[in-house]
Amino acid sequence: MSKVIKNGQIAASDWRILPLPEGDDVAGVEIPAGRVIVPLAVWLARRDELLARGDVGLWFASHQGPEDVTDDIARLPVIAVDFPKFADGRGYSTAALLRTRYGYTGQLIAFGEVLRDQFNYLTRCGFDTLQPREGRYTDAQLDAAIASLRDFTVPYQASVVDPQPLFRRVARTGAKA
Amino acid sequence: MYRYDDYDQRLVDERVAQFRDQMRRHLAGELSDDEFRPVRLQNGLYIQRHAPMYRISIPYGHLASRQLRKLAYLARTYDKGYLHFTTRQNVQFNWAPMEVIPEICAELATVEMHSIQTSGNCIRNFTSDPFAGVAGDELIDPRPWAEILRQWATFHPEFAYLPRKFKIAVNGAKEDRAVIQVHDIGLDLKKNEAGEIGFRVLVGGGLGRTPIIGREIESFVPWQHIITYCEAVLRVYNRYGRRDNSFKARIKILVSALGIDEFRWQVREEWAHVKDGPNTLTVEEVHRVADFFEDPAYETLPADDAGYHHHIAEDLAFASWVKRNVRAHKKPGYASVTLSLKKPGVPPGDITSEQMELVADWADRFSFGEARVTHEQNLVLADVKKSELYTLWGLARKAGLATPNIGLLTDIICCPGGDFCSLANAKSIPIAAAIQERFDDLDYLHDIGDIEINISGCMNACGHHHVGHIGILGVDKNGEEWYQVTIGGSQGNHAGIGKVIGPSFARAEMADVISELIETYIEERHEDELFIDTVRRIGLDPFKARVYANRQPHRKAANV
Repeated sequence: MSKVIKNGQIAASDWRILPLPEGDDVAGVEIPAGRVIVPLAVWLARRDELLARGDVGLWFASHQGPEDVTDDIARLPVIAVDFPKFADGRGYSTAALLRTRYGYTGQLIAFGEVLRDQFNYLTRCGFDTLQPREGRYTDAQLDAAIASLRDFTVPYQASVVDPQPLFRRVARTGAKA
Repeated sequence: MYRYDDYDQRLVDERVAQFRDQMRRHLAGELSDDEFRPVRLQNGLYIQRHAPMYRISIPYGHLASRQLRKLAYLARTYDKGYLHFTTRQNVQFNWAPMEVIPEICAELATVEMHSIQTSGNCIRNFTSDPFAGVAGDELIDPRPWAEILRQWATFHPEFAYLPRKFKIAVNGAKEDRAVIQVHDIGLDLKKNEAGEIGFRVLVGGGLGRTPIIGREIESFVPWQHIITYCEAVLRVYNRYGRRDNSFKARIKILVSALGIDEFRWQVREEWAHVKDGPNTLTVEEVHRVADFFEDPAYETLPADDAGYHHHIAEDLAFASWVKRNVRAHKKPGYASVTLSLKKPGVPPGDITSEQMELVADWADRFSFGEARVTHEQNLVLADVKKSELYTLWGLARKAGLATPNIGLLTDIICCPGGDFCSLANAKSIPIAAAIQERFDDLDYLHDIGDIEINISGCMNACGHHHVGHIGILGVDKNGEEWYQVTIGGSQGNHAGIGKVIGPSFARAEMADVISELIETYIEERHEDELFIDTVRRIGLDPFKARVYANRQPHRKAANV
């Protein structure tokens, strides 16, 4: 099991992320037992069967968003967002939308090209679990990377984890002397 | 000007620590070149032709004297003793080794400066009117709004990895001096019929490969909602802007593809969800920030100063400088001075450490300790008493900062070009130098009158060549440098994109080409008609005819 950072702690990954099936065979793909996260297309094709299981989540590709599954969101135990490149920033908006507009409170995983240099922004957009690509970080590096979660401690703007902007959080009286 | 409180200071200090560690990990091989690239770019660090290029943010162009002195010190210590001011009201180092950049960051943080988001695919430095707060035609001071939006955009977690760079400009005067029509978002402050402050919002303007004038997306967004409105625009862009082709990734391409009406509809849909949310601005916050931009302690002075008028009458050189480099001020007895960084023989926008220290001294002595950077790459002392202009002029003249050419042909906007920038296809500084050398007669320059020549060394258009009355673009053709000329572009309220006059020219021809364009104008102009107005009246053909009349041999090779 690969390691992830979950709620600020190193943890074993306890969900299996199912890749897109070859040939996009979403109807026929075998979905293993146990906790599994399926691609959005598989979810849409097999929704009723998977909802009944209760231990299946879905993942969005970077170009996909929550709009197609809004009714299911509250019932999903986990949602993941793929970062095919760390510089593809669409997943940040996906997370922010899930957490704010769609009220999703379950586990939210960022996976793929997820680097420690983005950890602070990813968590502020609502990801509670950060799953770097297998082998990207050694255990020691991942331990050290936890520090990046706290890169910026008093951000200006509102975010998912700090829904009030600084000007509403504190009384900023003016310039220092 | 704005002063940091503990929160602002903590953020820049945390950035220094973050970047120091990123540099350490990069040098240790833990952060690959590809992974380091967006990280360093969002901290202003490019890998460039000679050395890394390092770009420092100057929000809306404001510089305190102590910041100028710090820049002077840093240029002397880490660079070659000079710096370059850019069209984004920023400043660039060209020679500092990569490894010392974290040290420079730390030094900057001691004077409330940073290089946050000066490059990369994120929200860039906010630009505004260099005469904000002092211009007679100002309706609403844009600086508090630029500062409020700067804070919102700084380390915004959702918009740090956009499809492409994102530039926002704010204007609050009748005349647009912030070029808002060629920005991704252009904000024009205005009052509605009820006297309430809000913003006319333009979107999708930009230069570069596909120059487009921004479109109006909203005629009035009340001030309380400007952050949430910008968030809505950014979210639609972040989600739906193209990411398959960096040349087609700017918001202008998305707006063009959808059409402004469809894009407006999508933004409004998004806005409906975030409007009235926590990012809605409060009166208290606006007042807090606006207090930093209260008028300085102006003296009550007579509108005119006898000594000043005496010097104008007695000293032609001073009079010539006043005519071009001194601007009316909203307060009686004061004026705004533009220090020219366009002395012929010096790359446009370059300034030495010694000059920066002198400007800092003059800012303290004459202008409440503050200077400003213009997007035309000059410096401004905004609040100088008319009675002190003669003294200031004498000092500036000795320092080579009083060339009386503001707005004239030699006040050329010019990117660093192929001499410094690895993106460039061609050199641009030697073109500016050749033109400045050709037009060295001040009387002739004054006779030609207001004209803007803008030079870019590549399609990225850092020299804003599309909006120059004469625009020059360096292009590469089979490894050779050629120059394409446009005329009829303009900035300001009637911004427009210039039109290409025909095949490109060799570098050696450029001064002749400009001369021929100017001669055509002189022959065709009506009395008191400016170059741009003559171009608009008679079109391109007379200019083309003159320029290409004796230039057949180059035509084929240079047809790029």
